[in-house]
Amino acid sequence: MKGWIGKILRVNLTKGEWKSEDLDKSLAEKFIGGRGLGSKILYDEIDPKVDPLSQDNKLVLATGPLTGTSASAAGRYMAITKSPLTGTIACSNSGGHFGAEMKFAGFDMIILEGKSRGPVYLYVEDGKVEIREAKHLWGKTTHEATDKVILETDMDAKVACIGPAGDKQVRFACIINDKHRAAGRSGVGAVMGSKNLKAVAVKGTGSITLADKEAFRKATLDGFQKIEANPVTSKGLPTYGTAILVNIINASGIFPTRNFQESVFEGAEKISGEMIADRILVRNRACFACPIGCGRVVKVTNPKYECFSEGPEYESDWSMGACCGVDNLDAIAKGNYLCDILGLDPISTGVTIACAMELFERGIISSKEVGRPLNFGDADVMVEMVRAIGYREGFGDALAEGSYRMAERFGHPEYSISVKKQEFPAYDGRGAQGMGLQYATSNRGACHVRGYMTSPEILGNPVKLDPFETKDKAQWDKTFQDLTAVVDSSGICLFNTFALGGAEILEYLKAATGVKMDLGELMRTGERIWNLERLFNLRSGLSSKDDTLPERLLREPIPSGPAKGKVVELDKMLPEYYQLRGWDKDGIPTKEKLKELGLE
Amino acid sequence: MIKKISVYPEKCTGCRLCELACSLKKAGEFNPTASRVRVSIFGEDAFYTPIVCTQCDEAWCLKACPSGAISRDYGAKVVKVDPERCVGCRMCTMACPFGTITYYAPEEKAIKCDECDGEPECVLFCPTGALKYEEESTPTRLKRVVTAKKIESSSKEVQP
Repeated sequence: MKGWIGKILRVNLTKGEWKSEDLDKSLAEKFIGGRGLGSKILYDEIDPKVDPLSQDNKLVLATGPLTGTSASAAGRYMAITKSPLTGTIACSNSGGHFGAEMKFAGFDMIILEGKSRGPVYLYVEDGKVEIREAKHLWGKTTHEATDKVILETDMDAKVACIGPAGDKQVRFACIINDKHRAAGRSGVGAVMGSKNLKAVAVKGTGSITLADKEAFRKATLDGFQKIEANPVTSKGLPTYGTAILVNIINASGIFPTRNFQESVFEGAEKISGEMIADRILVRNRACFACPIGCGRVVKVTNPKYECFSEGPEYESDWSMGACCGVDNLDAIAKGNYLCDILGLDPISTGVTIACAMELFERGIISSKEVGRPLNFGDADVMVEMVRAIGYREGFGDALAEGSYRMAERFGHPEYSISVKKQEFPAYDGRGAQGMGLQYATSNRGACHVRGYMTSPEILGNPVKLDPFETKDKAQWDKTFQDLTAVVDSSGICLFNTFALGGAEILEYLKAATGVKMDLGELMRTGERIWNLERLFNLRSGLSSKDDTLPERLLREPIPSGPAKGKVVELDKMLPEYYQLRGWDKDGIPTKEKLKELGLE
Repeated sequence: MIKKISVYPEKCTGCRLCELACSLKKAGEFNPTASRVRVSIFGEDAFYTPIVCTQCDEAWCLKACPSGAISRDYGAKVVKVDPERCVGCRMCTMACPFGTITYYAPEEKAIKCDECDGEPECVLFCPTGALKYEEESTPTRLKRVVTAKKIESSSKEVQP
C-alpha cells in the first residue's frame, strides 16, 4: 500500500500472543487512519458499555497515512480507547518521534487487547514483536522507564510508556512518548496501566512509499511556504511556544482564573510565553518532520523547583498557573515536569487541583481531608498535589479520580468545571460562544482540540468572528470538528491548520495514498468519523443531557474584564447544531444521515 | 568558489526533515536509514545536530574501497559512490571515522552524501537554516566575527 504500511499488529496481552494482520484498504480509505480508523476498530470490536479499566476494553495506538512523511509536522500517533474519565470514546493525540518510528517498524496500528498477568512491555522491531517482562519498571517514572527500555532494546528505539500515574490508574493518566510528548487527555494511560502494559518500544528500518513522489514533494514544499508565510506558524509559535497565547487570551478576558471564578488573571504577564522565553527557555525542540518547532526546552535553577524539562505548554502553564491562581513560573514548570515524569494529563491535573482549592476556600473540605491548607495561589501546595496525584498518595488519591468524582464525593459536583467529567482547557467559553458550544458537543468531553474555535473567534484566523455572537457558530463548530477529525486521522499536527486547510491536506493524502476524492468527500469523511464517535458514545449510554456545560458557564456571568457579564448561550446554539449535524432533537443521528455517511 | 553543505547545530530543532528530504530524493520513499544525512538527538543535553559527510580531501572511504567504486569529483570537491561498481563489502563504512558513509541493506550498497550535484535537497527542506549550502569558508568566517565581537566588547569593559 502507499502512504499506509498496510499492516496492523494485534497483541493479546492475556494470552501473551501477537499476530500481524493486513490493513483493509477500503476501510482505510473510508476512515483515513489514526483517529478515524482506530475509532472504527474500537466501535466494531468492543461493547461501548464495557468497564474502561477492565480487560474487555481495548487500546489502539494508530498512525495516519501521512505519519512518518515530510508532510508538515507529520509525526502524530493517537491512542484510542474507551475513557475511564468520561466513559466516552477517547482519542488522544501525540507528536514526538514514536508514531513515525512505529511505521518504520512495520505497522500502521497496534491493537492491544486483554490484560497481562504481570507487568510487561512490548518491543516491536521490523515486524517482529516481543512481549517482555516489566516488573522492574513498574512504579518507575516515564523517564526512568524510557531510559531502561532503550538500554534493553536499541539506542534508536522510540518509547511510549506510562508513569506511576498510569500504573495506579489515575483516571487522567496519559501515555508519554519520547519522554516529553503526551497522548494527554481522557486517561488513556490508565487503560494501558489496567492492562499491565508499561511501555511500547518501536524501532525499524522500513519505508513508507508514495503513490506520487513528485506530487508529494511539491505539496510538501508548498505547505512549507504557507507555514513560513503565516505569522502564527512562522513567528509566534517558534518564538514563544504555545504559551504565546497567555497574554492574548488574557487580554480577551477569557483566561479562566481560580477555577473559572474570574476570567482575567492579574499574574498573566509573569507566566506568559514571553516570560518563558526571557527567563527559562534553553532552546526550541521540534517533533518529527515539523517546520514549526513550538516545543520548549526549559531549565529552572531555583533550587525549590529545579528541573530540566520540556514545556510548559499554554495549557499546562494555565492549568497549574492561572486556574490555581499561581503566578510562579518556576513552580508551574516544575508541576509540568512532574506531569511528564509521573504520566499525568496536566490539564485535568491542574483543573482538578483548582476545583479542590475552591472547595477548600468555600469550607467544603478542610485541612483535615487535605493534610494542609489548599488555598488558591499557593505554588508549593500545587506542586505537592501534582506529586500526590501521580502516586495516589494521601489527598492525591481523591484528586486522582478527577474533579467531577472528587467534588461529587464532597457533595458539590457543580464546582467541577468539566463536560462529561473531563476538565476544561484554557479558554472560557462564556466569552467565546463557539468555544462554549464546542465544549458541550465534543465527543471526548471538554476539549479545545476537537474544533479550535479560538482561531476565528480570538485570533482572527481564517477570518475574525465576534466571540460574543452566537449566530452561525453551530455551522463553524461543525466544520471545524469535521476538519479536525480529518487532520488527526491523517497523522499531521493540528497546528498546521493555522496555515493549511482542507485543500492542502487533500493534496498530501492524494499524493501519499493515491486516494481519489474531492474536498467535499474529504469533509464528509471527517463528518463520518465524528458521527461514528457519536454513535459509540450513544451506545455507551450517553445522551443529549450530557451535551451541556457546568452551571457556572451557563448561569454565572464573567465578573470582570472584556467579557464581563457573559454566559454561554448554549440553548441558542445547540438545537441548530443538532439540526446541521442531521441529528434529531435528542442528538441522535437520523437514519438518513447515517446512510449518507455510509454508517448504517 | 566551492560551495559545501555547512551545519549550524545551534539552529537545529531535531525535526529530521533533512532525513526525509534525502531519502525521498535518493530512495524515492521515506526511510531515515536511506538518508545520507542523519540527525543526532541528545534530549538530556538539549543538543541536536545533523551529521553529514564533510567530503574529506583525503577520504578514508575512498582509500579503503577495493572495487574502485568511490571516486572524487575534483571540481566540486565531492566524494561519490558508483553503485554499479560497489560490491557491498562495507570497508568504507569501517574506514570512515564519522559514520557518514553507511551500508543500505535494501540496495546492498554503500550510500553517502553527494550534495545532490549542487542542489542539496536537505538544505531545501531544512526549516531553520541548520543546514546551508554556501561558500565553504563561510562558517569559519562567521565564527571569527563572533570571536572578534567578544574581543571588542571585553576590551571595552576593561578600558580605563
